[in-house]
Amino acid sequence: MSYTIQFINLLAAILLLIVFAMLSQRRILSLINLFAWQGLVLTVSTFVVAYSTGQHHLYYSAALTLLLKVLVLPWLLHRLIRKLNVRWDVETLINIPTTMLVGIALVIFAFNLAAPISQLAEGITRGLIGIALASVLLSLLMMLTRRKAISQVVGFLAMENGLFFAATSATHGMPLVVELGIALDVLVATFIFGIFFFQIRETFDSLDITHMEKLKDD
Amino acid sequence: MIDLQLTALLLSPLLGGLLLAAFGARRWAAELNSLMSFCTFAAAVALTVRVVEAGPQVAFKEQFFIDQFNVFLVALTAFIAFTTSLFSRPYMRIEQDHGRLSTPMLHLYYSMYQLFTLAMLVALTANNMGIIWVAMEAATLTTVLLVSLYRTPASLEAAWKYFILCGVGIALALFGTILLYFAAERVLGQGGTALLWTHLNEVKGELEPTVLKLAFIFLLVGYGTKIGLVPLHSWLPDAHAEGPTPVSAVLSGLLLNVALCAVMRSKVLVDGSLGTHFAGNLMMGFGLLSVVVAALFLSRQKDIKRMFAYSSIEHMGLITFAFGMGGKVATFAALLHMTVHSLTKSAIFFAVGHAVQKAGTQQMENIRGMLQISPTVGWGLMLGTFAILGMPPFGVFASEFLIITTAMHDYPWTTPILLVALGIAFAAIFGKVQPIVFGETTAKPLPHPPALLPVFAHLLLVLILGLYMPPYLANWYRQAAALLG
Repeated sequence: MSYTIQFINLLAAILLLIVFAMLSQRRILSLINLFAWQGLVLTVSTFVVAYSTGQHHLYYSAALTLLLKVLVLPWLLHRLIRKLNVRWDVETLINIPTTMLVGIALVIFAFNLAAPISQLAEGITRGLIGIALASVLLSLLMMLTRRKAISQVVGFLAMENGLFFAATSATHGMPLVVELGIALDVLVATFIFGIFFFQIRETFDSLDITHMEKLKDD
Repeated sequence: MIDLQLTALLLSPLLGGLLLAAFGARRWAAELNSLMSFCTFAAAVALTVRVVEAGPQVAFKEQFFIDQFNVFLVALTAFIAFTTSLFSRPYMRIEQDHGRLSTPMLHLYYSMYQLFTLAMLVALTANNMGIIWVAMEAATLTTVLLVSLYRTPASLEAAWKYFILCGVGIALALFGTILLYFAAERVLGQGGTALLWTHLNEVKGELEPTVLKLAFIFLLVGYGTKIGLVPLHSWLPDAHAEGPTPVSAVLSGLLLNVALCAVMRSKVLVDGSLGTHFAGNLMMGFGLLSVVVAALFLSRQKDIKRMFAYSSIEHMGLITFAFGMGGKVATFAALLHMTVHSLTKSAIFFAVGHAVQKAGTQQMENIRGMLQISPTVGWGLMLGTFAILGMPPFGVFASEFLIITTAMHDYPWTTPILLVALGIAFAAIFGKVQPIVFGETTAKPLPHPPALLPVFAHLLLVLILGLYMPPYLANWYRQAAALLG
């Protein structure tokens, strides 16, 4: 039993590391690959929780995660960047060290916020809510610092991964009907994002959202 | 049993969405859209009558729950969705004649309109807090392509902002829902019932207060983005100004209410668990801030739809504030204000839509003399503005009066802030609408007669609610207010 706890904590740490890697990754292709790796870590952690707690519906969740987040979504994103011809694009990120420092501050904040809850949790889930919240906030930070539409979307999906980690590992999975609904929403959202990429490119000749800061209250 | 009515209520927009996905490009798509919306409305009326008579009920293995509070929003949503479909029929034809929309775009619009109605109705009637979240997200997904329907750079920017901001907001709400589940499964055990609101409501006293406190913050911030509470509101004016007017009308009149309903469901649980006024205080704070900031922004607006979008932020803030105060009178007033605000604001957007079509611009300084070119549009806009500004004898006056007198009694320090904000809003909006309605004009007449029946039907209802509250309705609101505590 203690081995599974150790293992899940290890996976949680890897999850957090991947988010930090995403935060500093300039190449769009690598960003999508990191997202796929994050999905794989999620799948494994869900599977381990399912095995150790005997929650059968978590096996379905693990399968769903594998299908959606490791296979379908990365494939869709790869297809998109190929069609949009931005496969080798490199983003100019300003101030990676500052972003990293803000990220660390966010992690500390998340752990503090989750501390009273972690004390309530027994066994396997202790400390995981903090990590999940930290990865949600870091993905949010990523969405804020990025200027390319695709990186923002990857940030959005990474945030959803953090939430999913909270749902499976910390609470042993939401009811299956809810998980299916969430998965459907994420899939539809990715399709709509795809439609948007083409519309944005058609209108602005680029996927840079700095072109889209005209609407302001003067 | 309410299974039949509920099935009809959810099936008609679903069927409508599918039919319009197939036939949305035909000439009669607009009529089909109105017909399906009417079926939804008829089902909503049947459901309402049943629930007001027989009290709260669950249906379909407890997955749906209807009480006096959400059935009131169901009726309002179905009614305004129906009248908006009536308005959009000539409005969208004129847009097509002006060359702003093509047939494929209209096709998308009609099918998404029905699916959006479906998403809102599911979000209102679902008993499962997780399904409420899924439906709220679905409501964003169905409207985001409608906001960018015109494919102009500004509308794309607005839609992107809407998508990203509401996506982030709703993700935070999901985290709140997960925390709620975390607290609930310790009391209710694993499995399907731990997210059902009716079950949670029974054991709310046993839920862990520290977890629920945190959960409510996330839920309020998350769904608050959708309500348009300051400082999470920045998507709202853009989406309202750049989308087609029928979409602005349903976003403003309906979607914001649905999000607020989700917040109120959470508030009932948190209040039961904490036994303090924590949730109410948070809502009052956000509400008051929204009223003040929106009032200050109102006078700086140049675009007419943007201005009325800010007015929506102001009114949603006022409603959130009233719900936050709690107590029977304030909750009653908040429910009444929700009704009259939705009716008035959608009526205003209908009139504004036609005024903009006539003038060919949304810039207020170029829209002049509506009374000359079309007395009905002019008077619709003027009376709607009077109503939304809380002039007696319209219903908004009654609800605002109730809210302010309750605030004066319970939280006296908030009264001057509210009064000053409402005064600033009055001066800003009235000063800008007055020259639009009166004065000389250069506007052109429209190729199709505008649909003004919905405008005056809404305003008439608001007027009636201001003059005389039918006992049936008053009793119904009182029951709903008692449920919310």
